[in-house]
Amino acid sequence: MSKTLFDKIWDKHVVTSIENGPDVFYIDRHFIHEVTSPQAFDGLNKRGIKVRRPDKTVATADHNVPTENQHLPIREELSRKQVAKLEQNCEEHNVELYGLGHPWQGIVHVIGPELGITQPGRTIVCGDSHTSTHGAFGAIAFGIGTSEVEQVLATQCILQNKPKLMRITVDGKLQKGVTSKDIILFLLTKLSASGATGHFIEYAGTAIESLSMEARMTICNMSIEMGARGGLIAPDETTFDYIKGRNFAPKAEQWEYKLQQWKELFSDKDAIFDTEHHFQADEITPWITYGTNPGMGISIDESVPSKDKIDPKFQDGFEKSLNYMGLQENQALKDMPVNYVFIGSCTNARIEDLRLVADLVKGKQKADNMNVFVVPGSSQVREQAQREGIDKVLESAGFQLREPGCSACLGMNEDKIPKGEYCVSTSNRNFEGRQGPGARTILASPLTAAATAITGKLTDVRSFISN
Amino acid sequence: MEALTTITSTAVPFPHEDVDTDQIIPARFLKATTREGFGENLFRDWRYLDEDVPNPEFILNKDTHSGEILITGRNFGCGSSREHAAWAIYDYGFRALIGTQFADIFKNNSLNNGILPIETDTKTYSQLLESVETDPKTEIIINLEDQTVSVPSISLTFSFDINPYKKMCLQNGYDDIDYLISQSETIKAFEKNLHS
Repeated sequence: MSKTLFDKIWDKHVVTSIENGPDVFYIDRHFIHEVTSPQAFDGLNKRGIKVRRPDKTVATADHNVPTENQHLPIREELSRKQVAKLEQNCEEHNVELYGLGHPWQGIVHVIGPELGITQPGRTIVCGDSHTSTHGAFGAIAFGIGTSEVEQVLATQCILQNKPKLMRITVDGKLQKGVTSKDIILFLLTKLSASGATGHFIEYAGTAIESLSMEARMTICNMSIEMGARGGLIAPDETTFDYIKGRNFAPKAEQWEYKLQQWKELFSDKDAIFDTEHHFQADEITPWITYGTNPGMGISIDESVPSKDKIDPKFQDGFEKSLNYMGLQENQALKDMPVNYVFIGSCTNARIEDLRLVADLVKGKQKADNMNVFVVPGSSQVREQAQREGIDKVLESAGFQLREPGCSACLGMNEDKIPKGEYCVSTSNRNFEGRQGPGARTILASPLTAAATAITGKLTDVRSFISN
Repeated sequence: MEALTTITSTAVPFPHEDVDTDQIIPARFLKATTREGFGENLFRDWRYLDEDVPNPEFILNKDTHSGEILITGRNFGCGSSREHAAWAIYDYGFRALIGTQFADIFKNNSLNNGILPIETDTKTYSQLLESVETDPKTEIIINLEDQTVSVPSISLTFSFDINPYKKMCLQNGYDDIDYLISQSETIKAFEKNLHS
């Protein structure tokens, strides 16, 4: 029988099934961080049990960490305590921790792939909804709650019902100035913030196949914003080339063996999906959001829609969103003044993102009104950027290259956007208060963000490039 | 987890769409290392104005509505996987949610914490909401065994779906982890044949 890529991986990981209930689902790799793990370790300690497979568990500190002076103790007391708790738990349970000061520290969804821990065919979970990122490698990867973190720590399994499957096919060639971030923001606008609830998404088509691993991760990362538990892409030569030689990648004979297995990971020709969507890449333009969920987006050259153009079921939220954002129906956003740009997060803080930004801003200066945070996704990304001279390019443009962490993506650490200010952000969520109480987030690609930083106003990067 | 069989209560209407878990509990309140006390900051940024002054317009700050049931708009609980959102709702005193659609991770988290998320169609939802909004004393009876919700004052009764396994867990207060630990030997046997 024909199987989807998802089925092939899922079926291999079902330990047993409960009659009329969920499957006992085996987890190959478990990432943990300081925010969603302490209560799970607490549960283990209360039961007097240890982590079952510390060899399949990796920890890092990312959400709470400052992105300046990481060598100093964390100033904020509760953040410091939470990071210390992670260190203590990892030590007591023999879990590998790439914490502050470790050369491999970084955002959990950046370090997994860059260390070669994320591999095709694996099942990967983390107490973080953006675990969907790892699906870019042809893995089943999804975010879980803390009770489930505890289950995985204790048994290496969780109870899961098999979700429905959606395939989104994007064919064709992307226009100049359009990145994978624009693809996913475009898809979110078309399908809405709940368009894939109950599903796992497979992304396919020639436009997806043409993307680098970094770009594919950006797309899979935001699957959750459509309501999907995760998204995945069939592994191919681009995937294999990316993994080869990384720290935890299979070596020598093991590599050949794995490669044969990985090459079987694709959806069979006549495999059936519960839902299918098709789009053409040339429809996609630089995309931004105007509202307070990632499904509320427009092309950079379009105006905020009028209320009567909005699906009646979204109209209440639409008004409330515009009110929070301080925007009007039919308002053009291009050329609107903006004082903050954030380039970072598990969506867009990889070396390729920094290269795109550096290429665009080389020899230019940020606008006077502009505050620009560039926060690399990991220590390795930061070092690579320094090796390539990207740090110098950014510095001369007046951008600040900070130390790795989740930073201004979620308003949990020291990096926040002030109340009422607009921030063009390469992160994944424009929810009310996400970047700090009262902050107004406009999601965009790293190119749009960089161009905006230079001009001081929301900019169509296509005109910027041709100039 | 506390067992749940029936709930007889009034309800709080909260008919907003796409309420994400950052609204339920903002990230800056996720720094605790225990599960208790999150109710204090439930819907924090909607509930309080600047300087921690309660927003008099916010439903939880009015004395019109109270109860163990929260009536929620479509796609409630979207966004971050933070289980703190379910903990905050439970800690505040809600035991059931009735809406048209819940986000997947949030729904799981609720079930894992003894909160019953009930999904119904738009028409039933509207009837229920209208009744609760016009008469805050509207009594709602949820019967988990029968999988029904009844609102005697408007002669409304509807049934809801729930996975039979999760139903059994809620009725008995069982955690998934107890079941998984009981499967240790099966898991061990599975691991022997695994190469990833």
